[in-house]
Amino acid sequence: MSDGVLMTEIVVVVLLVLLAVAGMAVIRTRNLFAAVMLAGIYSLVSAGLFVVMDAVDVAFTEAAVGAGISTVLLLGTLALVGHKETTPKRKPILPLFVVLVTGGILVYGTSQMPPFGHVDNPANHHVAPHYLEESEHEIHIPNVVTSVLASYRGYDTLGETAVVFAAMVGVLLLLARGPLPHRVFHAGRWITVRPGETREELEEEIREGGPVGAEAMPRGDEVARGPDPADQEGEHG
Amino acid sequence: MDDRVVLRIGTKFLTPFILIFALYVQFHGDYGPGGGFQAGVILAAAFVLYALVFGLGKAIEVLPPQAAYICGALGVMIFLGVGYVSMVLGGEFLNYNVLAPDPANGQHYGIIGVELGVLVTVFGVMVALFYAFAGRRRIDP
Repeated sequence: MSDGVLMTEIVVVVLLVLLAVAGMAVIRTRNLFAAVMLAGIYSLVSAGLFVVMDAVDVAFTEAAVGAGISTVLLLGTLALVGHKETTPKRKPILPLFVVLVTGGILVYGTSQMPPFGHVDNPANHHVAPHYLEESEHEIHIPNVVTSVLASYRGYDTLGETAVVFAAMVGVLLLLARGPLPHRVFHAGRWITVRPGETREELEEEIREGGPVGAEAMPRGDEVARGPDPADQEGEHG
Repeated sequence: MDDRVVLRIGTKFLTPFILIFALYVQFHGDYGPGGGFQAGVILAAAFVLYALVFGLGKAIEVLPPQAAYICGALGVMIFLGVGYVSMVLGGEFLNYNVLAPDPANGQHYGIIGVELGVLVTVFGVMVALFYAFAGRRRIDP
């Protein structure tokens, strides 16, 4: 038994060291491609840590979302912004100070926390005993995590599902490709979109640099008599 | 594109297994780790892999963005629907005991219903997010 506990301790320490190394590497590297990959590794190592803590459902989600989908989304972003981080002009002294103080407060806060997994912890005395003892008879499924998520705490899960949906709405408002506006502002000039022109044709036109519908028009003039150019600014990226 | 034979064949070989694994995670959530959220992400990952290897256009032919948006909303409606059905049958909102004559079966039906809702929403949202990010291209001035 004590051998098993020692093994677990060793595994936890190794995983925590790996987490720290991955975190430091993400901060140090200026290559964003490497940073994204290291962030994926960070997620995978935390998933391993969750497995050691017997939270397999959380580990599963962390591995699928953190290491999988997030990495792909970040890579998609890198395709747009390039993979080189610019060196900051000033030394980030104030951010460093804020991070150190916040981290210090958090570490101080953990000293007041009850020991991990202890029987006397408040979390093990409120509703948890009821869930663990009665869910077999009340819900009739073996996985307590699922009965808590889907049945006892159905409201919470409904709220989470709604939050996921709201996240989609937010991202689509910012990033989705709607219909083209009448004109787009790109690289210092207005480009008229011909009726029925597709986005690909427009991008081709911009790349060739000699657009048929290009108008050299000062922006101030446009503000005075036309629709607000700010409406179309989002389209030029 | 044409010289990545291993990648293309590997993806074609893996995709059905990923889809089946997602269904396994969904329906085995009552007995082991898993459930709607994880299954939705894995299902979406199959489409993301397909889009990464064969291009966004091919993936959009299989699953148009509009379908993903509809899935994102539909799942929440399925979840709410289970809640309203249990109200109509005389219980509280999301009280699954009333969904069947035997409360044990009712709990099963209810959990399958809400997990399906979570699966559909998470799948739709993940695919929609991927399309939104991957659909934008850089135009250098």
